[in-house]
Amino acid sequence: MAIALRQINPDVFPAFPITPSTEIPQYFASFAANGLVDTEFIPVESEHSSMSAAIGASAAGARSLTATSSCGLAYMWEELYIAASNRLPLALALVNRALSGPININCDHSDSMGARDAGWIQIYAENNQEAYDNMVQAFCISEHKDVRLPIMICQDGFITSHAVENIELLEDEEVKQFVGEYEPENYLLNPECPMAAGPYSVTDYYMEAKRSQAEGMRHAEQAVLDVAEKFKALSGRAYGLFESYRMEDAEKAVVMIGSAAGTAKDAVDRLRERGVKAGLIKIRLFRPFPAKAVAEALKNIKAVAIMDRAEGYTNHGGPLGADVMAALFRAKSAAHAVNIIYGLGGRDVRVEDIEKVFADLQQIIDDDDAGETYRYMGIRE
Amino acid sequence: MATDISKLGLKTRWQDLTEGMVIAGAGTSKAFNTGEWSNTKPVFIEDKCKQCLLCVPVCPDSSIPVKDMKRGAFDYEHCKGCGICVKACPFGAITMEGVN
Repeated sequence: MAIALRQINPDVFPAFPITPSTEIPQYFASFAANGLVDTEFIPVESEHSSMSAAIGASAAGARSLTATSSCGLAYMWEELYIAASNRLPLALALVNRALSGPININCDHSDSMGARDAGWIQIYAENNQEAYDNMVQAFCISEHKDVRLPIMICQDGFITSHAVENIELLEDEEVKQFVGEYEPENYLLNPECPMAAGPYSVTDYYMEAKRSQAEGMRHAEQAVLDVAEKFKALSGRAYGLFESYRMEDAEKAVVMIGSAAGTAKDAVDRLRERGVKAGLIKIRLFRPFPAKAVAEALKNIKAVAIMDRAEGYTNHGGPLGADVMAALFRAKSAAHAVNIIYGLGGRDVRVEDIEKVFADLQQIIDDDDAGETYRYMGIRE
Repeated sequence: MATDISKLGLKTRWQDLTEGMVIAGAGTSKAFNTGEWSNTKPVFIEDKCKQCLLCVPVCPDSSIPVKDMKRGAFDYEHCKGCGICVKACPFGAITMEGVN
């Protein structure tokens, strides 16, 4: 992630350290100290300030970003909405970590899931290659003229952020060309045309302002696809809204986000060797949610398990479960669907655990009844 | 490019708002009709006015224009109907519904 940022060479990077995202600004600070980037690196006193400074810099006309995790993201809450409503295309490198409490530093998605309605684009990675590739693509999506919304590039804390993994890097010059220059139409530091940012919107304007903001989000899906196409031409690596793994003739599927999808692929492979028609959908773009495409990918499925690495405390499942089930309902799907909470606070996900999920899906098909649709995986009980 | 402030008003569709609600360009507040935010306005009774001009400095929105040392009609395009001028007038030359 830090190397992608060095290659992008952003204008402003304010940061405050928090585990497990600390290494991103830490490595970047050494790049800045060694003159490898032209970036204004600002060590601030809190995440509230790092996001505020990134917003101010972006409004001023700079390409800016910051990084954080968990409670750091929670402390940015107020500013997240401001970045989105002001249509500032800054980026956030988010290393997913559980929110307190109980206090915990390990991976789950409760931090970014809590921010899912803030108006940010959210893209998730399975491994370090994807995290790097997603960051290279980030500004091309967020700064797209039809979108202009902030973007969160998420990866799993420790599982990918602290994993030693070989990845393929692009050449510095290739990334520089791919990302290009940021040229906003209006910006605070334009002496030819001063600008007021974030004006007060009374009741008569607020709702129209929010609808206008939603329009940017409506264009995000296409921008993600267009940028992925360009990125494929450069790198040879293909990305979409989500990855369909062995879904062609699948009868049972798991839908999930992040690093555990790698484990799920192993489970799918093992089951396929035994003739079980298992498949996986790994969500890459979670906000906006590609509901139609997901429902289409699941149209021939008899039973699906939607896996949430965050609790929603709705008494009927987590956030991904809610979105996927809503998508299936709208598509008039006849599939049985269950929502499974897993991996909270860094709880390990094993291949056997996912095999058990597929066995449960088979049971649901045999019973023609989903039974309890809100379940936990890997819980002592 | 400077925002055309005259196109922003209570009837403006969401499609015609500026992106992120930014207002580009300087000195735009004069052209922005904030008076439409309120529905109650002060009424100037010229016959009772002694031109003491006590109402002028208390107006938070500079909505009482002065020319040749005399105040003129209210600028209702920027007056938000706070009623402070009613209180400031010693001669009852300004009235407003709901303000004594």
